[in-house]
Amino acid sequence: MLEVTGLACARGEHQLFAGLSFALTGGELLQVQGENGSGKTTLLRTLCGYIQPSAGEIRWHGKSLRELDDEYYANIVYLGHANAIKDELNALENLRISSALSGWAVSDSVAIAALRRMGLRGRETFPVKVLSQGQRRRVALARLLISKASLWILDEPLAALDVNAVGLMQEILGEHLGNHGMVVFTTHQTLEVAGVATRLLKLS
Amino acid sequence: MNTLSVYSLLDLVIRRDVILAMRRRADVLTTLIFFVLVVSLFPLAVGSEMDMLRKMAPGVVWVAALLASMLSLGRMFSADFQDGTLEQMMLVPQSLSMMVLGKIAAHWMLSGLPLVLIAPVLGLQFDMSGDALLVLVISLLIGTPVLSMIGAFGAALTLGLRGGGVLVSLLVLPLCVPVLIFGTGAVTAVTGGVSAAPNLALLGAFLLMSLLFTPWVSALALRISME
Amino acid sequence: MAINWFKYSAPSTFYGLAGKMIPWLAWPAALLFCTGMYIGFFVAPTDAVQSEAYRIIFVHVPASILSMLIYLVMAGYAALGLIFNTRLSSMMATALAPTGALFAFISLWTGALWGKPMWGAWWVWDARLTSELILLFLYLGFIALQSSIEDPRRADRAGALLAIVGSVNVPIIYFSVQWWNTMHQGSTVKLSGTSMHIAMQQAMFSMLAAMWLYAIAISLSRVRSIILERERNTLWVAELAEVKQ
Repeated sequence: MLEVTGLACARGEHQLFAGLSFALTGGELLQVQGENGSGKTTLLRTLCGYIQPSAGEIRWHGKSLRELDDEYYANIVYLGHANAIKDELNALENLRISSALSGWAVSDSVAIAALRRMGLRGRETFPVKVLSQGQRRRVALARLLISKASLWILDEPLAALDVNAVGLMQEILGEHLGNHGMVVFTTHQTLEVAGVATRLLKLS
Repeated sequence: MNTLSVYSLLDLVIRRDVILAMRRRADVLTTLIFFVLVVSLFPLAVGSEMDMLRKMAPGVVWVAALLASMLSLGRMFSADFQDGTLEQMMLVPQSLSMMVLGKIAAHWMLSGLPLVLIAPVLGLQFDMSGDALLVLVISLLIGTPVLSMIGAFGAALTLGLRGGGVLVSLLVLPLCVPVLIFGTGAVTAVTGGVSAAPNLALLGAFLLMSLLFTPWVSALALRISME
Repeated sequence: MAINWFKYSAPSTFYGLAGKMIPWLAWPAALLFCTGMYIGFFVAPTDAVQSEAYRIIFVHVPASILSMLIYLVMAGYAALGLIFNTRLSSMMATALAPTGALFAFISLWTGALWGKPMWGAWWVWDARLTSELILLFLYLGFIALQSSIEDPRRADRAGALLAIVGSVNVPIIYFSVQWWNTMHQGSTVKLSGTSMHIAMQQAMFSMLAAMWLYAIAISLSRVRSIILERERNTLWVAELAEVKQ
């Protein structure tokens, strides 16, 4: 259960947003909307703890982020604009390392299954640098499949994906929400999950 | 809790960095070649008079080690920063300080250790005696990790900034002066017939202090740079 | 003094206070400087060993002392800014750095000028002078780091961390350089004896006080510029007489 109260953020010298409040429980899908430069990425990154807000509080299950640290991080997964995968490693190795670091190491068979589901059958052991942009994004998204985090923070997850992959993403999000997961995301394309109403948060 | 033990975390991070470096072997080798090149330039520049070279040897090798260390600092955080893997490391329920220590250890193994191993060969070029060579190698063995650690702090502070290597060097080199002084001092002591122990002991003290503080301070610097 | 200090921790109120303080510091500084220079160069007796050349210490010694003092104060303000998140403290640290660097530079030049008649060389690897050189590099590093970072918050915090680490290292560096100096039987730049003539003491203190007041005055002036620049989008800056024209 994520609670945000009175959040305000400034970048450089401008105030991006202020007085932002919302709450998110299991099974909810929240889309952050706003024009370019309105602070969508900043909000997401503040939820990740990279940026200290200039005012307001973020609470996870009642406890403030500042106190929580590891407990919170064990429960979130973030996908930003960068794919966060190493070019020199292959897709499988990338997944191995990211899952090991998260503390929930998965077996190779689980990782391979995830990659295959993402449409990378036969390419699991190719070095990432030979994959296309869309394929790399799929590797990044495979991380979501093997993660056990309940809160997904996704910044434009559909970037570089083709129509099939978009459909797949919607399926995956649906499953996660069905498992009582939470998703906060931004997108420039349409992203809807069947059977789930998308809550909207507008940043002006 | 998913927190890994210190040992498993270090093992994971060091393995990762070493494997990554091995797949980009050229980077690692260029640092080594630079070191050898710089050391070899000095006799060309100052003449091959053996007495003078013998006196200069510890200084030359140490300064070259310092410069080679600065050169390789870019590799520590920069690549991970650019592809987003560094910020992911800050989002896992593991100690960032320990991960930084792992990265420093890997950096030293790839940049510092080769220098230590090749130093005897270079020392011979300068006609250093057996005793002096031994102390040189020991001083480098203790001192190069400290250089990697101080360098990590500089690299973390300047993450993503233009001005690159020069800025890091400006920040880091003054802080490395004590290591330089005692590193060369150890060798000079031995060639002068005195024990090198006090110098080496001080280097050891620097090593311990850096081990205690640099991972934590560098992690702090990373968080500041990531905002 | 029953001043509500916290009122002045806001850039907007501090701006006014600083502006009022500057003339009260600048004029005495100028006065003390003239006094000090006069006593130092005309009144104090000629040194037995070093004759007239020694007079440069009236500039050299206060400059050295201040360069080190300012570094500590700068690191102190930077630490305050980092720990308590007060922007004004960080701005003060940024404002102090160039002055500290200037004094380190003056100390080095006057050290060299002293060295030339003394030793016949423009540069002497004296332990103190060498430490002073490294201190100058520490200052320049701080200034360079802050100038390369665009985001003011990151610049403040990164600079603060650097300044704190630097100040912890200064004693280590000084000790190492001292040791190195004795090892290599380097030269030591010294005064010709422990007891100084009363006029020399007066000149020294005068110059020290003058430079100290100057340092505060110029840093306050600089911090006002920094405040104006950082707060240029706020209402109170738009209302200022200087800005309104």
